[in-house]
Amino acid sequence: MSAATALGGDLATYNFAYLDEQTKRMIRRAILKAIAIPGYQVPFASREMPMPYGWGTGGVQVTASIIGPQDVLKVIDQGADDTTNAVSIRAFFQKVANVSVTTKTREASIIQTRHRIPEEKLQAGQVLVYQVPIPEPLRFLEPRETETRKMHALEEYGLMHVKLYEDIARHGHIATTYAYPVLVSGRYVMDPSPTPKFDNPKMDMSEALQLFGAGREKRIYAIPPHTKVVSLDFEDHPFEIQTFDEPCALCGAEGVYLDEVILDDRGGRMFVCSDTDHCESRRADGHRGRLSPDEAYAGHGKTEGEAVR
Amino acid sequence: MTMLDETPLLSVTGLSRYYGERVGCRDISFEVYPGEVLAIVGESGSGKTTLLNCISTRLEPSAGCVSYRMRDGESRDLYRMSEAERRLLMRTDWGFVHQNPADGLRMTVSAGANVGERLMAVGERHYGRIRDTATHWLSRVEIAADRIDDQPRAFSGGMRQRLQIARNLVTGPRLVFMDEPTGGLDVSVQARLLDLLRGLVNDLGLAAIVVTHDLAVARLLSHRMIVMKDGRVVEEGLTDRVLDDPQAPYTQLLVSSILQV
Ligand SMILES: Nc1ncnc2c1ncn2[C@@H]1O[C@H](COP(=O)(O)OP(=O)(O)OP(=O)(O)O)[C@@H](O)[C@H]1O
Ligand SMILES: [Mg+2]
Ligand SMILES: [Zn+2]
Repeated sequence: MSAATALGGDLATYNFAYLDEQTKRMIRRAILKAIAIPGYQVPFASREMPMPYGWGTGGVQVTASIIGPQDVLKVIDQGADDTTNAVSIRAFFQKVANVSVTTKTREASIIQTRHRIPEEKLQAGQVLVYQVPIPEPLRFLEPRETETRKMHALEEYGLMHVKLYEDIARHGHIATTYAYPVLVSGRYVMDPSPTPKFDNPKMDMSEALQLFGAGREKRIYAIPPHTKVVSLDFEDHPFEIQTFDEPCALCGAEGVYLDEVILDDRGGRMFVCSDTDHCESRRADGHRGRLSPDEAYAGHGKTEGEAVR
Repeated sequence: MTMLDETPLLSVTGLSRYYGERVGCRDISFEVYPGEVLAIVGESGSGKTTLLNCISTRLEPSAGCVSYRMRDGESRDLYRMSEAERRLLMRTDWGFVHQNPADGLRMTVSAGANVGERLMAVGERHYGRIRDTATHWLSRVEIAADRIDDQPRAFSGGMRQRLQIARNLVTGPRLVFMDEPTGGLDVSVQARLLDLLRGLVNDLGLAAIVVTHDLAVARLLSHRMIVMKDGRVVEEGLTDRVLDDPQAPYTQLLVSSILQV
């Protein structure tokens, strides 16, 4: 019975990785089609999962369809391995597929993510599975699905620039900071899910396979490895990623995406890596930031961030 | 007229549209030449909108043929073109002004983006240039430059209609379709819009097909007109001739009843 072997004990009612083999084959067909047409939203018959929509059911179904017993799974939510959402999805796959799990980006063969791409460059053979709430980038100005499909079919993407135009007219610059639209392989405009635009360049020419699953909206799309991914912009307002004024307060990293953490109710705050694995690895390697616990106690020496400045 | 102008821009032949058993319009043929304004007049339900939608590819005819002379000089059967070609034509070489501006505008984006959309749709990627062009077209339709970032929701009916016109003209179309362009407006606003339209059509050498049930609008804007009743054309000719010397009994009735009001 190979991978489809039913698990023993109290899990006897589950097939390997929860979904039945028929459903997995249907989803794999959708994934193959998505890979063949980079950036194109492939409809699929999304199934009920033992978690509510909005908790990554699209990503979970994609992961369940591609995961095998040898895989090593990492799950992140906003870059962190330890949030409720990430923990429960990881536990789910441990239970229904009995796979190894990890928090180390490097060790994972499948990474399911909500809202971030890991800082560490992904490798050939890795698969990044995105949880997508709203797959249609044109929807905000054109609510009719019949019309947006036609616009994709005919490559009528003027509307995407209307949105960017509005941003500049209102804010003086392109204010869209997440779900920033991209053109995939010179053909389909795609919503990269609510990742910060900081991560957009990582999608371009990635070594890894990127799969996107929208459960409620029943769509799957993909970026195969080595695919050109370009963020939309204007000649006189080119695409730019976010920059941060200070390095990570814990590991001193620069050029990474930081989250603001409130320290107390007197306005104390710090900026730390949103990618918890990246931050921990750096600290394990001896890197220190302004507020690293041992630094604070040691009370001497320059922190790495200041040294660079 | 030059030699080129003697080839029609648009030719309609034997066009009919049925809604089930009901006739929308029946066996209609006419031509429109470059720079010419044609008015389609008739009472409510006579088939004006049906005809306009059929020739502008918004509604598939039941029978007949519509051909259009492309910029390269070649005449093409509109219903044999691919949808992609037709849609490109609609947003570059044509304009369509709806009676209700909300049908022709994006009400939730600024005036500037409304005017700039067609430019972006054909690949303009320079914000500054788009804005300059939008400012220029707003001024041509008498909308103050400082309204460029306002949404049409904040505009009066007349302003909205003028914005809709600017949005259509920005790509330099050669043919504009209008369905009751002054319909919902009060009389003084109507007069100003008609003046503006007449000026633009003259300056730009636009061809236009204007649907109206108002003979005064036809008189002011059009060179030629066709009169419809029950889905058919009952009279066709130069506007001044038709209005001053109507031949068909129905047109005579229409003209005399209007003049009495
Ligand atoms: N969608 C439709 N379904 C069925 N019948 C229709 C439809 N649209 C129009 N008709 C009918 O076709 C005929 C022509 O209608 P059309 O809207 O073209 O007239 P019109 O001259 O534009 O009238 P108005 O001046 O009131 O706008 C009418 O009898 C109308 O009832
Ligand atoms: Mg009508
Ligand atoms: Zn860090």
